[in-house]
Amino acid sequence: MSARSEVELAGQVVELVRRLGGPAAQAEAVVTRADLALTRFANSGIHQNVSESTVGVRLRVHVDGRTAAGGGSVVTADGLSALVERTLAAARLCPPDPGWPGLAPPMPTPGALPVDEATAHAEPDQRADRVGAFVAAAGGLSTAGYCRTAHRSSAFANSAGHSAYGRAVEAAMDGIARRDGADGVARRSADRLSDLDGAELGAQAAAKAQAAADPVELPPGHYEVVFEPAAVADLLQNLSFYGFNGKRYAERQSFAEPGAAQFDRAVTVVDDPLGGSGLPFDAEGTGRRALTLVEAGTTRAVAHDRRTGAEAGAESTGHAVAGGATWGPMPRNLRLNGAVAGPASAVGRSTTGAAGGAVVDADTAALVAGVRRGLLVTDLWYTRVLDPRSLVVTGLTRNGVWLIEDGTVVRAVRDLRFTESYPRALGPGAVLGLGARAVRQPDRVDGVWWAAPSLRLASWHFTGGASG
Amino acid sequence: MTEFDAATAAVQAALDAGARYADARVMHRRYESMTARNGDVEELTQDESIGLGVRALVGASWGFHAVPDLSDAAARDAGRRATRTAMASARVPGPSVDLVPVEAVTASWASGCQIDPLGVALSDKGDLLVDVTRTMAEHGADLAEGLYQIWDTTKWFVSSEGHRIDQRIRECGGGISATSIGDGETQRRSWPSYRGQYGTTGWELVESLDLAAHAAQIAEESRALLTAPPCPAGETDLILGGEQLALQIHESVGHAIELDRILGWEAAFAGTSWLDLAQLGSLRYGSELMNITIDPTIPGALGSFGFDDEGSPAVKRDAVRDGRWVGVLAGRDSAAMASLDYGGSVRADGWARLPMVRMTNVGLEPGPHTLEEIIAATDDGVLMDLNRSWSIDDKRLNFQFGCEVGWEIKKGRRGRMLRNPTYTGIGPLFWRSMDMLSSETVSWGTPNCGKGQPGQVGHTGHPAAPARFRNVRVGVSA
Repeated sequence: MSARSEVELAGQVVELVRRLGGPAAQAEAVVTRADLALTRFANSGIHQNVSESTVGVRLRVHVDGRTAAGGGSVVTADGLSALVERTLAAARLCPPDPGWPGLAPPMPTPGALPVDEATAHAEPDQRADRVGAFVAAAGGLSTAGYCRTAHRSSAFANSAGHSAYGRAVEAAMDGIARRDGADGVARRSADRLSDLDGAELGAQAAAKAQAAADPVELPPGHYEVVFEPAAVADLLQNLSFYGFNGKRYAERQSFAEPGAAQFDRAVTVVDDPLGGSGLPFDAEGTGRRALTLVEAGTTRAVAHDRRTGAEAGAESTGHAVAGGATWGPMPRNLRLNGAVAGPASAVGRSTTGAAGGAVVDADTAALVAGVRRGLLVTDLWYTRVLDPRSLVVTGLTRNGVWLIEDGTVVRAVRDLRFTESYPRALGPGAVLGLGARAVRQPDRVDGVWWAAPSLRLASWHFTGGASG
Repeated sequence: MTEFDAATAAVQAALDAGARYADARVMHRRYESMTARNGDVEELTQDESIGLGVRALVGASWGFHAVPDLSDAAARDAGRRATRTAMASARVPGPSVDLVPVEAVTASWASGCQIDPLGVALSDKGDLLVDVTRTMAEHGADLAEGLYQIWDTTKWFVSSEGHRIDQRIRECGGGISATSIGDGETQRRSWPSYRGQYGTTGWELVESLDLAAHAAQIAEESRALLTAPPCPAGETDLILGGEQLALQIHESVGHAIELDRILGWEAAFAGTSWLDLAQLGSLRYGSELMNITIDPTIPGALGSFGFDDEGSPAVKRDAVRDGRWVGVLAGRDSAAMASLDYGGSVRADGWARLPMVRMTNVGLEPGPHTLEEIIAATDDGVLMDLNRSWSIDDKRLNFQFGCEVGWEIKKGRRGRMLRNPTYTGIGPLFWRSMDMLSSETVSWGTPNCGKGQPGQVGHTGHPAAPARFRNVRVGVSA
């Protein structure tokens, strides 16, 4: 299938709706071809190695004031006709949809980053070789993780005359090295597979695993913390899904109050879908663009699709997703901006001793240097929301925690459970420092990423140790 | 070309390209869901997907490829690509791979279904959700939500050992939730479970839930929770309702006994397990009341099937017997690696995904008591039910759960409603503290179990009944 065929298929689906549903029927269709591959390793060997070449059609129709959606993988003429017929039939049997916002009008598609063809067509050998480099660089420690590549080619068309086409690629690598039950991690998301250095990541994970050995248990309580980018990515993800989601905002389930200084002045959060190789339009065909959600501590916006935008008297911000009527529009390419003027990398102190490999970059070292007593946290795990409005979250640390005393990492600590309100932890006066460089972290789904620098917070509420 | 023909062609092409074993699954799935909010249908989706996934074993290395095209040429190309990928895996080899023997059978199987859920008129299904969400809104809910989901899946499985199995599994279920929003927080009540109860059944399951009969009550309770006293912090006797205990089993037993986790295959993502195979058969997991089975043969339970996605027949096994750990969830390759003689718990969530170790129906056998007897026997404690949040560490030891509602238990009687109830603990210590267990078992269905990379969503079942646990830490808050 070529780009032309995806565009033609999307147009064909819209035309079928017009033919079978009448001239008043409104329709939008997205046709996406995907080549996804993931090479997974454990116990330092590749144990799962998968790829898929798929095509999918998403269709939404609005007819006689009623709305239904459908999808499928069958793109033959009969398959498309069946999809259109059953979606139209479903719409006619539905109750009226008074909130239907109408279709996106014709609009130019924003420019997107050029696709790296080598990544789009990467072979399994190339992923395996990066895994091999990761394993070799771990110096004999047991390793586990994955290397993945993804390529999506997608066309949009609607019956209002709007159409768009785009491609996206992503390469990601995420791995751990293990020593006596202590794990160290390294992960990256990139636009080019060639930007992923398995050896560099493996060495980093191994250094952290070595530094995580022989952990001690600390009592629960409030601790000053330095979060590395992997941990900050979890903050961004929960802020996005539960806070900057226009549906949850309209339902008063979000903490977000646009115009209010809800965060520390150091916090600026931007959703930047075209900051990486992403599709240039959303599920409704609206062009995607950067959206500042928090500017110097003041909440500026929440994300909208056409439905939540219409309800709020605002425009769509280009965040429609399939299933969005239920889950709401979600920003999925968030970047927490790094510190503009420092802390300069040069002021960071090297950590020495048994925990010497805990700090793997100068930004984090600089933040650690300012902590009298606190914890360095690499990663957060299994975070779940206790209350969406206050965004109180519980979860655990993972892949390395260390005690910091007088600006130096002194020893490894066993994992801790926390229960904390994310907006409160990032509130005015709570951010004591940011690294300069935002590091892009992959999500579980390709095309979704979270970019963050290391972050120093005044307080984090740990509510339990590894023993309970 | 039939679905069996396509699967056979893929397997043969994989063998021709150098695989020593191959299997292929063709899956056809129809999915329908509807959500409603505050008396309006919010979203109706109907999907249909068909494709083929083929798995090839070359030496000690696996490869997998999936395509949505069932033509002979596409199936053969998929088989060749799976083998080529397996050869690439050999660049970073793992230990040798064996498969525990499974009789190669030709068989058909179908789940029970009295009322075809896709045959029920959309208007009837829509009216149900519209009516119950309107009732909840009228009784004080700020957000009144209802949904149902239906999956109708047919699979055709072929292996190079001679398996030829087709299965049709129909699953459905639904539920309702009422959310009330206060100044600083939200409170939610659901029936019978947040996002519903599910099984391998027809629409009769949704009818049996009698959503309309519970709509007003849960709406009023969600409103009342906003002003209820908070769950006190401290150690106390904890009584869990069956729905919450089902998730407790899922998270702290079901995942812990997955053999792929025990072997380290999920170390970087889902995690490992605190269980050590050397202790299989001897480790005390819980009290003597704790009898956990792995049973994909339970009619109507969400984790039921005739054969798993490696062609192993559904068989009931013990996982924990009289409190002692005795069994695992395994696949053919992981079982061989662990020197066990059974697999039977490997499934994929669709044709484009690799089959992997998944829970089937993992649940507690009934105990000797009733919930009312447990309450009457409790002098001072808290009863909690319906899960609201869940979190557990990567070894499946340290957990914290939040529930929608708690009730104070004083001198054997149920008292005030409590808001924001949470409890936390360490898996084996918690299970060893279980001293009363009800006989009122329900096979709860969990249709959202995430695992694997790329991610897969599993459908699992968990027979569970109310139970009491002693000296549990409750009331954890920010």
